[in-house]
Amino acid sequence: MQEELSVPARRKGNAGSWALIGAVVAVTVAAFGYVGGWLAPHRLTPEKLIDQFQHNAGTFAGYRRNHAKGVCVAGYFDSNGQALAYSTAQVFAPGRTPVVGRFAIPGSNPYAPDGSVPIRSMALRFAQPNGQQWRTGMNSMPVFPVATPQAFYAQLQAQQPDPATGKPDPAKVAAFFAAHPETAAFRAWAKTARPSASFATESYESLNAFVFVDAYGKRQPVRWRMLPQATDGGGGAGKAGDVDYLAADLAARLAHGPLRWQLQITLANPGDPTNDATKTWPSDRRTIDAGTLVIDATTPQQNGECRDINYDPLVLPAGIVASDDPLLPARSAAYADSYLRRTSEEAHLPGTAAAHTEKQP
Amino acid sequence: MTPATGTFTLPARVLHWLMALLIVAMLFIGVGMVESVSERHEWLLAIHKPLGIAILLLAIVRLAVRLRHPPPPLPADLPALQKLAALASHWLLYFLMLAMPLIGWAMLSAGGYPVMLGTSLRLPPIFPTSAVAFAVLRHLHEWFAMLLFLTFLAHMGAALYHGLIRRDGVLSSMVGRRST
Repeated sequence: MQEELSVPARRKGNAGSWALIGAVVAVTVAAFGYVGGWLAPHRLTPEKLIDQFQHNAGTFAGYRRNHAKGVCVAGYFDSNGQALAYSTAQVFAPGRTPVVGRFAIPGSNPYAPDGSVPIRSMALRFAQPNGQQWRTGMNSMPVFPVATPQAFYAQLQAQQPDPATGKPDPAKVAAFFAAHPETAAFRAWAKTARPSASFATESYESLNAFVFVDAYGKRQPVRWRMLPQATDGGGGAGKAGDVDYLAADLAARLAHGPLRWQLQITLANPGDPTNDATKTWPSDRRTIDAGTLVIDATTPQQNGECRDINYDPLVLPAGIVASDDPLLPARSAAYADSYLRRTSEEAHLPGTAAAHTEKQP
Repeated sequence: MTPATGTFTLPARVLHWLMALLIVAMLFIGVGMVESVSERHEWLLAIHKPLGIAILLLAIVRLAVRLRHPPPPLPADLPALQKLAALASHWLLYFLMLAMPLIGWAMLSAGGYPVMLGTSLRLPPIFPTSAVAFAVLRHLHEWFAMLLFLTFLAHMGAALYHGLIRRDGVLSSMVGRRST
């Protein structure tokens, strides 16, 4: 019994016990702090990526932290059943799947002129009858500039405007490209790329690889693209002084009827890289036509259904899984942080950025 | 000191230690996945959701066991404040282990996400789609996770205090071995 021990002996024994209890608690807290990033300041986190977008272009409350300027669209996907041989996803069964989408331009400024970048993007959410969803965000370029989230973060840092000039420091940008030769394919494309006058005439690429899984569990690495049926006038860039021509062009075209894209699935050969979005696959790879995307309505993003959708590329239905591309989990994690920030701003939670007055329509 | 009499029932002890393991793992998985951009983010998230539902189901069973089999009394000589702390922290733990999975489930529902427990198993939404509700629930999920971690630390510290310093039989009532 405790009472039989002398007081000094008890105190001595208890000191060791107290130290042990303190040590167990301290080690648990330290492990939690390390895993949670507080004690691992060098780890690249979703917050760092999204903070860097805000450093580069400012904070626009309520808007996506990238591809901030865009419009909502709606329509459906008419599957022809041809992709069903490679993926069990219900969206590929013959028939119609409703789609809520969004066209946008890259960048964090929702007021950027449409002609300021040569890239357009298409994000889609396919809502399958079984309740599963397929979300995808595609871009109108053949390759991504970098292959890893770390390189992407370094690129954003290099492009941060110099406070003195308000523009990125050319020396830093040049140093980034020199250190990242994998950007060569993107830079070669960007040299000749011109901002298109329409969302409708663009071809949108998944860039990242994914894996289709068939009914027998067989895995087939793929990439996909939306190939436009409209091919007219992709050259000009709107009337002089008009910086919002893309939304107007889209509405004008839809007033005449729906717009269509073919969903093309490119099947990788064994050995084709699936973890490197800076590399295209050879052009002779087999491509199947999975069906037609029909877009028949557009709404401003302020009140459109797409506003509150996070087009996380890892929201996938059974039959499609992520590849080993390291950009995919980074996109998923960073989009989640962007979504949390903008929905918190929408909710006017304390500590969030105040909404810009321009946001109100 | 007066040792506590009796031990927790076998189902209560099994549920306690199993859930201790799962909940602590869950807390680490949760903070780890939101602070990572690597493939870790993806596979931790894939564990987080089904594990959360498993904890919810176990917590319901455990609550039933607890209500059916009251725990052994605390030592009679335990100061009233410590008794109160024990009682309050136990019910806070019960509340959090039930609330956390439900908030996570509601949060994904409000965000318009399909609640996928695997590649094809999907749970129905339990909250209407609302960006504002998503934001509130997502923050609540995080604050309650921190509260759960702090409560766990206090619980673990108190258990060790009972076992190593007071040696009053409280720890052994959950370990299942009667100490002398």
